[in-house]
Amino acid sequence: MNLFALVALIAAEEGKEPHRDSGGMVTTHHWLLPETYELIYGGLAAVIIFGALYKFALPGIKKGLAARTERIQKEIDGGQAAKAAAIADAERIRSAKGDIEGERSRMLADADAQAEAMLAEGRSRLVAEVAELEAKAEADIAAMSGRAGAELQAEISRLASGATDSLISSELDAATQNDLIESFIAKVGAGR
Amino acid sequence: MSNDARIDGYARALFEIARAEGTIDEVEDELFRFARNLDSSDSLRNALTDEQIPAARRQAIVEDLLGGKATATTTQLVSLVVGSGRGRDLPAIIDRLVQRASSSKSLEVAEVRSAVALTDDQQTRLAAALANATGKQVNLKVIVDPAILGGIVATVGDSVIDGSVRTRLEHLKARL
Repeated sequence: MNLFALVALIAAEEGKEPHRDSGGMVTTHHWLLPETYELIYGGLAAVIIFGALYKFALPGIKKGLAARTERIQKEIDGGQAAKAAAIADAERIRSAKGDIEGERSRMLADADAQAEAMLAEGRSRLVAEVAELEAKAEADIAAMSGRAGAELQAEISRLASGATDSLISSELDAATQNDLIESFIAKVGAGR
Repeated sequence: MSNDARIDGYARALFEIARAEGTIDEVEDELFRFARNLDSSDSLRNALTDEQIPAARRQAIVEDLLGGKATATTTQLVSLVVGSGRGRDLPAIIDRLVQRASSSKSLEVAEVRSAVALTDDQQTRLAAALANATGKQVNLKVIVDPAILGGIVATVGDSVIDGSVRTRLEHLKARL
């Protein structure tokens, strides 16, 4: 039904008496349709409201929707940029991981080489030190042996000298001492 | 003043005092014996040369040692040197004094070391023998030194006549 037909229907119904029930209470003439005048007023009001909405609210709504669309587009663009950046990062990380693996392998190889070199150097130094210690120990033993021998010889000599002195002193009695003195005097006196 | 000049000064002073007292021979002999004892005794030398011991205490030690055993002049002269802090130079001073005393009598000091004491007769004959050997009259100074074991070692000036058993023994050891 178009609007004109509806208005005509309402006009046809306008001249009729209102329906009343058995108790004299006014009732609508139809269980679904409103009264004609309500339809006219309501229709006009609706037209005015929709017109006003179209005139005043629609631009704002359109503008808001456009802004929202733009914002969403920006977010989408940002998301895509972030995704691209993330993909780039992931690529870089994958690349770096590859580099890290390479670096790790290189460092492990270097460490192995250094450890091997240190081990070899340590072994050679240890061998040299052991040889040096052995040589020093042998020299010390030889020196100590020589010193001990010399000390022993000196001690034996000292003891022998002391024993000789004691023996000679005990053998040199007063008569012998006197003979020695007299011999010295005679010898010196005859010296010139 | 050098130490040598100081030693010579002390020796001259002591000599002049002893000569003035008229006891030079006795004093010279006692001083010589004291000097040899000082040479052979570390404890005595340390006691008389220790600067930490007061001079009066060192002089008292000298008087305890020599009092009654040596002439008063000898005791006083040693006490004088020790009290003046020249105890370390005392043997050198005494040796210089003995040389001076001998020179004044035209004698040469003959230091004789013997393992046993010499009799007076032996000393006289030894002095004569040394005079004959060196051509100089000698002032005999006998030191009893058991370390030479036996025999005699005589030193006259720069000459040493060694007849000791110790030296013969050393020569024998060297040969062996």
